[in-house]
Amino acid sequence: MPHQINIVYFAWVKERLGRDQETVAFPETIKTVEELVEHLRNIDVSYFDVFSDLKKLRFALDHDFVGTDHLLASAKELAIFPPVTGG
Amino acid sequence: MIKIAVITGDFDAGAEIKYLSADGGGAVNSFLGQVRGEGDLEALELEHYPAMTEGALRKIADKAAAKWDLRGITIIHRVGRLKVGEQIVLAATCSDHRQAAIESCAYIMDQLKTVAPFWKKEIWRDGSESWIEARQSDRDAAERWDC
Repeated sequence: MPHQINIVYFAWVKERLGRDQETVAFPETIKTVEELVEHLRNIDVSYFDVFSDLKKLRFALDHDFVGTDHLLASAKELAIFPPVTGG
Repeated sequence: MIKIAVITGDFDAGAEIKYLSADGGGAVNSFLGQVRGEGDLEALELEHYPAMTEGALRKIADKAAAKWDLRGITIIHRVGRLKVGEQIVLAATCSDHRQAAIESCAYIMDQLKTVAPFWKKEIWRDGSESWIEARQSDRDAAERWDC
């Protein structure tokens, strides 16, 4: 039974992917944020370049910042975006 | 009293500070950020993560309230297209004492630059656009606070 999660994108990540959100299904062997991003890079070329350097990206799970090794667990929404530049 | 607002329209900084001050307290400190005129810059486009932004700002305010003895905190941040000279952000703190008001306001601004989900894009007069990159100096400033 594959898991699924809603992914939202912001700033240049959104522009380069050409979409602001999508629902993605993934095998249950994938446990962490980094594993999910690697999975996406492998299945669809549109992710390959945009997610090539994880150090240039930040992640939030259900609206809290997380590191790439964080477990997806039962999170409903993953956000992928560049480092923030507000203020 | 904590006031958090994420808005597209302008705000009246004087009225906000007056409102924050109304509970008393001997010290009010504020920071007002506006769009800096740089060469052929026309405007900034401010994007945010609506489902997360207010919560992130509230966490910053809650941490400031836990560390300093404050009577009130106001954080107002605009989003959307802002022309050169327009106001972007107001952070203001009210306390019985000057040092708490000044330090907590600086803390809020340092955190705002690194943990609130906003992104700025520069719009130039020739129509070109460029996303502003996060700066190491901002990250260093945010990390100097022990809380």
